[in-house]
Amino acid sequence: MADLQDIQIMDPGVEEGIAKLTPDRIERTILKVLTEESAARLEVYLQTCVHCGLCAEACQSYVSRDGDPDYAPVAKVKDTLWEMVKRKGKVDGEFLHNAARIAFIDCGACRRCSMYCPFGIDISYQIMTVRRILNLLGVVPQYLQDTTNSHAVTMNQMWVQQDDWIDTLMWQEEDAQAELAGTRIPLDKEGAEIMYSIIGPEPKILAQLIANMAIIFKVAGADWTMPSTDGWDNSNMAMYSGDFETMGRVERLHWERAMQLKVKRVVMGECGHAYRGAVYDGPRWLGWTKPPIPMVHAVEYYYELLKSGRLKIARKIEEPVTVQDPCNIVRGRGLHTKLRYVINEICEDFRDMEPRYEHNYCCQAGGGLINCGPPWKLSRMKSNRVKAEQIAETGAHTVITPCHNCHSGIEDIIGHFKLGAHVSFISELLVKTIEMPDGGGEE
Amino acid sequence: MYELVRGPLVWIAFIGFFGGMAYRFIAMALLARKDRVVYPTFDAKYGLRSLLHWVIPFAGVNMRMRPFYTLLSYTFHICVLVTPLFLMGHAVLWQESWGVRWWSLPQNVANVMTLVVIFACLFFMVRRLVRPEVRNVSYASDYLLALLVMAPFATGFVAHHQWLPYRPMLIVHIASGALWLLLIPWTRLIHMAWFVFTRSYMGSEFGAVRHSRDW
Repeated sequence: MADLQDIQIMDPGVEEGIAKLTPDRIERTILKVLTEESAARLEVYLQTCVHCGLCAEACQSYVSRDGDPDYAPVAKVKDTLWEMVKRKGKVDGEFLHNAARIAFIDCGACRRCSMYCPFGIDISYQIMTVRRILNLLGVVPQYLQDTTNSHAVTMNQMWVQQDDWIDTLMWQEEDAQAELAGTRIPLDKEGAEIMYSIIGPEPKILAQLIANMAIIFKVAGADWTMPSTDGWDNSNMAMYSGDFETMGRVERLHWERAMQLKVKRVVMGECGHAYRGAVYDGPRWLGWTKPPIPMVHAVEYYYELLKSGRLKIARKIEEPVTVQDPCNIVRGRGLHTKLRYVINEICEDFRDMEPRYEHNYCCQAGGGLINCGPPWKLSRMKSNRVKAEQIAETGAHTVITPCHNCHSGIEDIIGHFKLGAHVSFISELLVKTIEMPDGGGEE
Repeated sequence: MYELVRGPLVWIAFIGFFGGMAYRFIAMALLARKDRVVYPTFDAKYGLRSLLHWVIPFAGVNMRMRPFYTLLSYTFHICVLVTPLFLMGHAVLWQESWGVRWWSLPQNVANVMTLVVIFACLFFMVRRLVRPEVRNVSYASDYLLALLVMAPFATGFVAHHQWLPYRPMLIVHIASGALWLLLIPWTRLIHMAWFVFTRSYMGSEFGAVRHSRDW
């Protein structure tokens, strides 16, 4: 039985959306997605699953909730998609309320369960199909829908306006210059080697990360640029709310901006879902097999700089650290070895989590979960006790999180379970530890 | 009656099975073209790599987490496929009807393999009842499928040992086997065919696209 407290959570985006629906519209929408928008994969997955339950222990929410059967991945599909198929789209508001909770809050589309299913059934794809249906029905948690609305209107996730964008970059350039003289944030430099793209929350709430990266680029002697207008945001919450049309628009603009700047590659900040959106889901929706220009995740870029000696570490971090493997760059890109190389270069006392690499547990914040906002926070915490235990076992003081969702999610977990640690991006550690050229900041 | 099941029914079963499978394959291949991600993503190397890891016992993390289940499941699947093909009684039928001779299993080995299938089917059904995460997703059809798989083995075993009147038992045995073959393409038993594709597709996504492993 799913948690009663969680079942009763009211979210205006869900409730008000359901109130506007008619049985006819529900049925038509579900059948449209099932017959027109999905094809072989969905059908094969539905026919192949033998209901064996071997995926259960793959999911952190199932493990964290002491084996509550309703949180097994297969149960999440049963209570949503199987029922929609069985009832041929004739489902009611109460069903949709539950389906929204399951698809938007209980599953982060992290794909760990696909590694435990003997058949390799893509359960997260099935949950994403449910999200797509709910999106077309207008039943999306309010906070998540707000980020999607922001994408649709401003082409960034956090309603950052054009003047704010430029202003923030100039402010961060000044801040960076205080640390290292001559640091610049070059805007619209056509033909630069690298376009650096970031996610909406950076200018909005974590602006110092931009200055950090400017310093890293300066020390490494990189030829880089950032776009002065829309297309700078590589994040994509529309991908997770099921609004694939908006997802496509965001990704197209991002890549078009990179093409206009004639850069050789795009380096992106420390974020996981943005990588997924820009490299996989976005291009696929647009009918491309891959992005037009190579995309390099920050972890890969740091690895390149440290390995080649363009960045040198002057003094390592001494306190114990551990790392959260972000799903979208580890299961989604195999960056775990490079990630550990980077951490071992920067830190004295690195303590790994168990399980790790592709088998890491999701932070229960990615996949759009944390973007569903405060109504759902407690539910997320209940679903990730296992992560708290993992962190506590390492005894680390710092949890390195090279992903924005992991960063906020782990911060919540640390606070909720009173673990007494803190979270950090790699760039924050790099600017503290790298060898700066003589002179340092402006006097 | 015996002549009817031994003759036309067996023909219907085989034609139905192969015809049904062919139809499913072609329909799915066409549907996969509509799913524009499928064909461009398939990758022989990484697909095979994943398949290999999931065909070899204990090569995957999940298999190592539950050794008894893994062993039983592998033994069950081998016995289900091998016993009917290489049973001495069946080999004789092949020879009578078609003149083809092939190797057959020693009788006591076949006996044990049949018992393994029966035991495994019972185990799977009990597991469905006692494990909450499995019971939660079990439909009546799941139990029926296990019974369907068990039926030809149980009836064949009883018939062979002549614990019940031989002829009627044999008729039930052949009829249940025919039903089994006929239903494979149209039930979840089709996982025997789709497994290859789901696994290798996931292996391709993980390996070729995402540079990671899926076992």
